[in-house]
Amino acid sequence: MSIAWYLAVSAIVFTLGAVGVLTRRNPLVILLCLELMLNGANLALIAFSRMWGNGDGQIFAIVVMTVAACEVCIGLGMIVAIYRRRLPIDADELRELHG
Amino acid sequence: MSAVIFFLAAIGVIAGAIGVVMLRDPFYSVLALVSHLVSLAVLFLLLRAEFVAAVQVVVYAGAVMVLYVFVVAYVGEEAATIGDRLRGASSAVARTRTLAIAIGGCLLAELLVALLGTGLKAIGGYGAPYHSGPKTYGTPAYIGELLLTRFLIAFEIASFLLLVAAVGAVVLARRRGGIGEEPEPHITPLHVFRPLGTGTMAEGVEGRMPAAQAGAGLAAEHEPASKREPEAVR
Repeated sequence: MSIAWYLAVSAIVFTLGAVGVLTRRNPLVILLCLELMLNGANLALIAFSRMWGNGDGQIFAIVVMTVAACEVCIGLGMIVAIYRRRLPIDADELRELHG
Repeated sequence: MSAVIFFLAAIGVIAGAIGVVMLRDPFYSVLALVSHLVSLAVLFLLLRAEFVAAVQVVVYAGAVMVLYVFVVAYVGEEAATIGDRLRGASSAVARTRTLAIAIGGCLLAELLVALLGTGLKAIGGYGAPYHSGPKTYGTPAYIGELLLTRFLIAFEIASFLLLVAAVGAVVLARRRGGIGEEPEPHITPLHVFRPLGTGTMAEGVEGRMPAAQAGAGLAAEHEPASKREPEAVR
């Protein structure tokens, strides 16, 4: 398959993730959609890496996965802390981050 | 053959992504993301990124998603009811949603124009030639050599970032005195530096004056004025 097909899939996945971040209000689902956007970027990185026959893109993808894991870790910790404080789990109502 | 596998995996990827965005229940969203990740690993395999595909399935679809499932099971019930309550609240929500979908459509059009319109001439190929071998492109040995030689600093920074994230998650999510008990005491620097029993308004409101000093204070008030005078003079 031509590399362009992979890039098209990557663009579609990135856009779906962006739409999810904009439309959903549950912070859990917003985190999932952020994962989608990162995965779209990963697919583009690996496709370009394959195009040049150079491994740097794969290293980039692995680092992106690490950053995504950290983001999930902190995000889920924040959601659990929000739940413990009996605040609504809703991105519209959690506008401010004060204690 | 590879075209058939590509289209099957691409359909899986896009269907999983649509499922994540559209499904109401966060639990089903997580499951859709797992199927999305597995299909994406197939695409990585087609791109000869064997190690990244394995990491994707084992670490991402395995470990990170289990974390998600735990948190959804812990939080999910109330989140669903709050979402339902808000969904019927106002039409402004629906208007915002259509606006967001329109913005997303613009983003997709822009990306596709950028990729397919102008980029196609540059990227129209099938990639660099691939020769199979023990340490060729995409194998764990190749990735490991790159990580530990050329990208050593990035590797170390990533490991440090993971450490910081783990500590941060523990600090954020630790249990502060349990659920449903009294809130944690509100301690300000004044509580440390101010001597007790000085009659501030905080003591009157919160009852912070210790019992012995409170009793002494009351006794001093009920004493005749003549007995207190020498102390006042002194």
